[in-house]
Amino acid sequence: MKKGTLKQILLITDGCSNKGEDPAAVAALANQQGITVNVIGILDDDQTENPEGLEEVEEIALSGGGVSQLVYKPSLSQTVQMVTKRAMTQTLQGFVNKELKQILGSNQSLEDLEPEKRGEIMEVVEDMGETCDLEVLVLVDTSASMHDKIETVKEALIDLSISLNSRIGRNRFCIYSFPGKRKDIQKVFDWSPKLDAISTVFPKLTSGGITPTGPAIREAMYQFGKKSLLRSFRYEDEPGIEEA
Amino acid sequence: MKMNQESKKHDIYIKTGTTIKGKWHKKSYSIKKKLGSGAVGSVYLCESNGRLAALKISEQGTSMTVEVNVLKSLQKVQGNRLGPYLLDVDDWIAPSGSMYSFYVMEYLQGETMASFINRNGKEWIGVLMLQLLDDLGKLHESGWVFGDLKTENLLVLNSPPKVRWVDVGGTTQIGRAIKEYTEFYDRGYWGMGSRRAEPSYDLFAFVMVFLQVFYPNRFEKDASPEKKLFKKIDDVKALSIYRTPLKKAIQGKYLSSSEMKQDITAILYSVQKRTRSSRKSKRESAAPFLIEAGGISLLAAAFYFFSLLL
Repeated sequence: MKKGTLKQILLITDGCSNKGEDPAAVAALANQQGITVNVIGILDDDQTENPEGLEEVEEIALSGGGVSQLVYKPSLSQTVQMVTKRAMTQTLQGFVNKELKQILGSNQSLEDLEPEKRGEIMEVVEDMGETCDLEVLVLVDTSASMHDKIETVKEALIDLSISLNSRIGRNRFCIYSFPGKRKDIQKVFDWSPKLDAISTVFPKLTSGGITPTGPAIREAMYQFGKKSLLRSFRYEDEPGIEEA
Repeated sequence: MKMNQESKKHDIYIKTGTTIKGKWHKKSYSIKKKLGSGAVGSVYLCESNGRLAALKISEQGTSMTVEVNVLKSLQKVQGNRLGPYLLDVDDWIAPSGSMYSFYVMEYLQGETMASFINRNGKEWIGVLMLQLLDDLGKLHESGWVFGDLKTENLLVLNSPPKVRWVDVGGTTQIGRAIKEYTEFYDRGYWGMGSRRAEPSYDLFAFVMVFLQVFYPNRFEKDASPEKKLFKKIDDVKALSIYRTPLKKAIQGKYLSSSEMKQDITAILYSVQKRTRSSRKSKRESAAPFLIEAGGISLLAAAFYFFSLLL
């Protein structure tokens, strides 16, 4: 089986979008393009379990085919790596389920198999998760309210790099922040296999209360496109995991 | 893949007395009480045909399947009971219609390592260390790494005292990324290495298990984690004879658990020799006391005779 590349956008935010198009709609669009959108909502220490402003988090991930999680600052590191890995398994399992339906008929899924067979299939999913290549675009909300959270986000991202680089498959990360100075998003860290170097380049915070989440996801989506366009000049045409 | 934190518990509440009947294998289990819950699901004590067993149940079918795979492959390690014995794997459709995955395993009854050491004395530390290293060695030789090694996943069974693993959900094939971990025990968190599954990953967590016994409230990392961990080891009197191997394991200097076991065995041997020789020297030092006592009683006897003569 040929190895494919999984593409993910990881959105880290602490609030609701208030400018531009509906982020859930853009996430659905990204999902159509084979990009999974995961969202992590950071709660303030005094916030209760389900604050209104962060309802959007779940909606974006749901339509983006990804995983969402609300979290308090101290548990951010573990959550970031868990969300990323769970989304990988979910995506891979989605592919396997699709294949299963083709083989076994339209209303069969993993749960309809007896436990023994399920075990064998999950082994394959795990193998794929361990060996596939992964591209993660981290999209960090840097509006004013994120002020006291940026340091934790930075640590969590370094931690994510430790976790993912312990896999057999290759990884590429890049970081964008939003809102940007003139554009919707701003490049913080270009595509690279490791995130160790980010401590020096982390963004200064933008003041003001604009959070253009929707436009930011749209821009982020194009970053994958640009890169694969460039790559398609170099190597013929690299198929995504769908064709694998 | 999973994190072990209070906020992430997928707790499933099942009333005592509920009967769980498997969809595929049709076996019935009657729920007695809840034993605990973890990152993936909840564990209940149950009864089937008059025998007690532990039943783990969860909504996350795929994670459960992965755990069952691990338990099955541990059973293949020849002649050794590394994890709990797997009895049944099945699905349950609750009266509400929702589907749960569950598996049934042998019920292990014991106490935590901390309570065992507190009750029976610190001379058991070395024994427990050797037992754990032995089992880890066997696991590593068969191509696996425990991953989420922590006090909560260990139990000391009684008569004869033996450490057993109760939750093997984090067990990962060597060379892959650790499947499940807990920050305090994770060398990645402490900046002391990667999260790649290799024997030295478990040996780091092994040290943290013994630290946790003496620091029940744990502690957090600071700017120089290695220094902090070393100080924490130095501060525990009961661990003082094991300092050198514990520090070596923290630094990832042991490539296999047998190397570490060798060092600890050597320490235990030299301690035993020292106590034996100090006992001998005690007997020697008793000799002058005996002469003195003998002399005094002689004198007393002489005085006694003397008084009789008078």
